[in-house]
Amino acid sequence: MAAERGAAAEALVGQVVLPGDLLLLPAHYSEDAEGERLRLSTGAAPQGRLLCGPGLRRSGAGLLVTKCGLLRHRPAGGGVYWVDSQQKRYVPVKGDHVIGIVTAKAGDVFRLDVGGSEPASLSYLAFEGATKRNRPNVQVGDLIYGQFVVANKDMEPEMVCIDSSGKSSGMGIIGQDGFLFKVSLGLIRKLLAPKCEIIQELSQLYPFELVLGMNGRIWVKAKTVQQTLIIVNILEACEYMTAEQRKQALAKLSGN
Amino acid sequence: MAGEVKTKLSKNLLRMKFMQRGLDSQTKKQLEEEEKKIISEEHWYLDVPDLKEKESCIIEERSFLRCEDLVYGRMSFKGFNPEVEKLMIQMNSKCKEEEIEEDDKMEADVSDEEMARRYETLVGTIGKKFLRKRDQRVLKNDDEDEDDEVEEGNSNTRPSKRAKKMFLKPQD
Repeated sequence: MAAERGAAAEALVGQVVLPGDLLLLPAHYSEDAEGERLRLSTGAAPQGRLLCGPGLRRSGAGLLVTKCGLLRHRPAGGGVYWVDSQQKRYVPVKGDHVIGIVTAKAGDVFRLDVGGSEPASLSYLAFEGATKRNRPNVQVGDLIYGQFVVANKDMEPEMVCIDSSGKSSGMGIIGQDGFLFKVSLGLIRKLLAPKCEIIQELSQLYPFELVLGMNGRIWVKAKTVQQTLIIVNILEACEYMTAEQRKQALAKLSGN
Repeated sequence: MAGEVKTKLSKNLLRMKFMQRGLDSQTKKQLEEEEKKIISEEHWYLDVPDLKEKESCIIEERSFLRCEDLVYGRMSFKGFNPEVEKLMIQMNSKCKEEEIEEDDKMEADVSDEEMARRYETLVGTIGKKFLRKRDQRVLKNDDEDEDDEVEEGNSNTRPSKRAKKMFLKPQD
């Protein structure tokens, strides 16, 4: 294997990186330079630890890219680097909020399909206000919005519908009606970005309700079936539309 | 007999607790140290130079949630689901951590001064409930001394009657 000479991480921010690229970090992150860290001025060196996000792995003095995509950086805290990649297949990650479909009830535990390699398990006690006598009313085929507490490659993923303080904070069974469909993971992250234009433009159209799961699933509910289907079509198509095309489409709809 | 026995006793026997009660503290400490030495010499260890532990400053993270600033996944627009809209404001402001303290102040229905006034009077009235009968009568006399003196005679008997609720006949 030929050893590649890595490029500085800051230089590649916002550019396409490929798996196998080595990103070099400034000297104060390498293990040998611990003594030097103290000598650097506080203004130049960011305090704290560097966060190496999805698509990157730690390797010696730098970061190794494992997915192709755009390199992103956020200087807040100790600094975060990650690769903005596109994929359709979801891999369960701890802490993610996802929409699951109940496929089976096995004793005290529900089996949910979250789009990963294994069905996730959800205990009936993991709902707000659930006790052994007061069980939640969950049937096979219901939609559940919850978050992962255990999600790694060695174990079956486990979900809960309460947060660390015991409150549901919006998680739990998603109500009746509505429409569930699947999109790519990149679009979900785009829609969940603060001040997303697509969501803002759609919110001007009709009153509707939306639940976005990090596993690529979106649930929409509006007053009539037609409105629901319109929103679904726009969300599916807006991944490949430019901003102008989207505005034209919405203008036509609001004109109708 | 005692002198001969001492020299012939084995080491293990001498180490037993009942034999050591007679010893003074110094010899006891010596014995303890010897025991510890024997035990630690029996332990195995690696005869390898200590490697300096590499403290890495890079943490690996697999979730996008900590990298990007993502909003909460449940949304509702134009009042379709008011609970979800309330939740949206709550969860999104939690991330920014700006308006939480202000909200706590705003939610008080009663102002602080009103609360203090009410509390003062409340403590007095509830306190009277737990006074003994003699103290209660004394208190009542004091109260009425401040009021009209004419009604003194009547009002002594009336409060007890006023307290009693009269039976209300149900009207057919």
